[in-house]
Amino acid sequence: MSQQYPALLVIVPLLSAFMISGAGWVNKRLCFPIAVAALGVAAYSCIGLLLRVLDEGVIVYKLGGWDPPVGIAYYVDHLNGLVLAVVSVVAFLNLIACKKSIEQEFPEKTGPFYTLYVLMVTGLLGIVVTGDAFNLYVLLEIAALTGYGLLAMGEERAPLAALNYLYMGTIGACFYLLGVGYLYIVTGSLNMVDIAHILPDLYQSKAVLAAFIICMVGVWLKMAFFPLHAWLPNAYTYAPSAASSLIAPLVTKVMIYVMIRLILTVFTPEFAFNVLAVSKPIVWLAVIAIVMGAILALAERNLKKMLTYVIVAEVGYMVGGAWLGNRAGMTGAILHIVNDALMTLCVFLVVGNIVYKLKGYAFEDLKGLVRKMPFTMGAFVIGALSIIGVPPTCGFFSKWYLISGAIQAGQYAFMVALLFSSLVNVVLFFRVIEICYYEPFSEDHGHGHDHHPEPMAEAPLTMLVPLFIVAAGLVLVGIYTGDIVNKIIEFAIPKGIV
Amino acid sequence: MTILGLIIVLSTGALLIYATVDFPAWADPASPASLHLSPHFIERTMEETSVPNIVTAVLADYRGYDTMYETTVIFSAGVACFILLRILLREEPGESLYRHVLTGVTIRVKEGAKIPPSADFERIDTLWAPHDLIIKTMCRLLIPFIQLFALYVIAHGHHSPGGGFQGGVILGASIILLAISHDLRTSVQRMREKVDALLSATGVFIYAGTGALCLLLGLNFLDYSALASVLHVDPVTARSHGILIVEIGVGIAVMATMIWIYSNVSSTGKYDEGL
Amino acid sequence: MGDLIEIVVAKYNYWIYITLMMIGLYAMIVKNNLVKKIVGMNIFQTAIILYYVSTGAKRGATIPILEHGHDGHAHVIHAADYINPLPHVLMLTAIVVSVATLGVALALAIRIYHRYNTLEEDEILAQIREK
Repeated sequence: MSQQYPALLVIVPLLSAFMISGAGWVNKRLCFPIAVAALGVAAYSCIGLLLRVLDEGVIVYKLGGWDPPVGIAYYVDHLNGLVLAVVSVVAFLNLIACKKSIEQEFPEKTGPFYTLYVLMVTGLLGIVVTGDAFNLYVLLEIAALTGYGLLAMGEERAPLAALNYLYMGTIGACFYLLGVGYLYIVTGSLNMVDIAHILPDLYQSKAVLAAFIICMVGVWLKMAFFPLHAWLPNAYTYAPSAASSLIAPLVTKVMIYVMIRLILTVFTPEFAFNVLAVSKPIVWLAVIAIVMGAILALAERNLKKMLTYVIVAEVGYMVGGAWLGNRAGMTGAILHIVNDALMTLCVFLVVGNIVYKLKGYAFEDLKGLVRKMPFTMGAFVIGALSIIGVPPTCGFFSKWYLISGAIQAGQYAFMVALLFSSLVNVVLFFRVIEICYYEPFSEDHGHGHDHHPEPMAEAPLTMLVPLFIVAAGLVLVGIYTGDIVNKIIEFAIPKGIV
Repeated sequence: MTILGLIIVLSTGALLIYATVDFPAWADPASPASLHLSPHFIERTMEETSVPNIVTAVLADYRGYDTMYETTVIFSAGVACFILLRILLREEPGESLYRHVLTGVTIRVKEGAKIPPSADFERIDTLWAPHDLIIKTMCRLLIPFIQLFALYVIAHGHHSPGGGFQGGVILGASIILLAISHDLRTSVQRMREKVDALLSATGVFIYAGTGALCLLLGLNFLDYSALASVLHVDPVTARSHGILIVEIGVGIAVMATMIWIYSNVSSTGKYDEGL
Repeated sequence: MGDLIEIVVAKYNYWIYITLMMIGLYAMIVKNNLVKKIVGMNIFQTAIILYYVSTGAKRGATIPILEHGHDGHAHVIHAADYINPLPHVLMLTAIVVSVATLGVALALAIRIYHRYNTLEEDEILAQIREK
């Protein structure tokens, strides 16, 4: 069965999504166990696949038994395997943590919600594992449509935010499709490795240049790279907490993986960095993205919206790191995919716990939260330290690689932006923690000077245990960074990049 | 906003048109797209899959994995429309309206009382409009032939243009015609919501299940030649039969989802009157 | 001059499709009404579908369905006699995706209309700001 891991990791969630949809009409209580079992098997297959890749190198899996480029094939290498493991584990932990909040927010529609959840995870896993450019578009649309459905289930402004996300996301996906069409008309192939073989003769072709630009702009639209980020803050803020803690850590990171895959495998680094001279302008755009993300986050008085602007800045880190053009920068970008997924999951699970107990997430609602929910706030502190970049949490190490890559490439503006962003994150997070720790919880019961310490009203255990696992994971991934970089990421980057 | 839109559109259009300088000419038989992959499809389809319609063979066999996800896309759109619009916990209105068919008199029945079901009394809504007898009768006569044609399109996908998607949409259109010509309640009575939702999941399950069956029989996912042992035919014919099975699955899924999306969107989730 | 005419005759179909795409994109960015944006999205996607299908055309070739399919394999099949089937397959998928997106977009527009009683984006933003 281990030969079939590449197929199992998408098939088991896909089949179970249909079973969950059926169970939603017959017996609602079956939905959650089927979903947990499916995502558990997917996570197991992904980790097993990563271990196989570490042993054997690149794994090729032919769907339908046809050789590429006639049929669709999977190419699983170190980059794929690492991102697959991260996506599946994050989705699995989030599902367990969100059960109670789903049942609180839409008790009569849990069946369709779990269906969309599992389909979205299928779409994301499929995007990461596929080796065919058109197959990636179809899976992109699965992830997108299920995302629109999940995000629009929130409060009042959610449908409008989801519709704006739909417009920009569809433009992005259509741009990507157009880029693949331009590549197809000059190469005749849809398979990523095959295109990379045919492309070196065509480097001077204007069609290839246009295909590259259009594909990049499409992917940037979907990952919310400034100034194309306008959909992200509203879409993630007004969404239900189960949906936002699934989508926020994963969708932008998977799109960054797609960008790195396009740079490294389809348009080889030779083309992207040397033939085109766009690295410097793109790193400058990333600098602007980081600075604007930080400034816009400072202006917010609403915890969830502030975190979404932090995501915009993090996307700037990864895009800039990938386009620095050297090994340290690319290592930093890939390591940051892993770290940022975990950090974002941690803080969004905290917000989910807060919304479950308090129903609000503006700064005024957070007063005195430490006494009421000490464990949740402890995990929040670890997540905040990781986003700021304090050792030994993982955030420090990816920033270290990004900064050393910036120095090596001579892009000092990028290094300054990274340090500026860390300082702004210190201000942002310590402001929140101060409100939670030091300001007394204003009780208006009439006995004003009788401050009983608030009883602990912590979130239920199913919401706390995954949060602890993620927070511990942030520290563990930080400690084991050396292993991850040397055994996995080192082989994910082609030898040509210095 | 207009100026920004004009700038974006003109610059993108200029880039795209500039790039067409390097394209092969229109309908050039020697273009890279025509020389690289497609000769394999055109020349080898008959011997590898024994299906004369090359588009169906490529759709359901060579690139069958894509088609499975395409069916999943339409299924997830159906689920998304359902979860967004459907209002499930609705209180019944206090009074109901009935119409005596023979005289046209409208009767308002207060809460508690009921009229026994009979052909003389028709349940109406506050939004009810009388339907034309000619339209109702003609559509009722035509719908079975439409469905027969749809089944022909699905079954003949191997030999003529057609296949699962096309046939499924025609099947869905036949039920939607019932909803438009009569009213939504009639079509919901014929195709209940629960059956519809289960059918749509079943259709895609047939597709993915066939692929999983091939996986369990030892070959790769969606490799239909593994079905040769189950169907007792040679591998090439097994591919042809596998294509037929998945096309049937696709047809069921598309039909059910089209009806589901129409019912949800036209009645905005209330399932009372429709258009 | 003859050169220019040659280029136009060879490539004019691509230029028409790109113009259609840009009309759709313009509608999506500039228009105020939510449904007009959805229509623009549809135009954009349809133009991309037309573009892909045109990449598969071949002069003098017929549709990719083999006649005399089952009676004897005596006919030799030349690839130049049949048009390229691959773009048609890809575009079947793209059409289905565009219909699915249209369905979800309309469902969202209905939800917005129920809440704000209008489909004009500036009026909706004005209502939100008043809150």
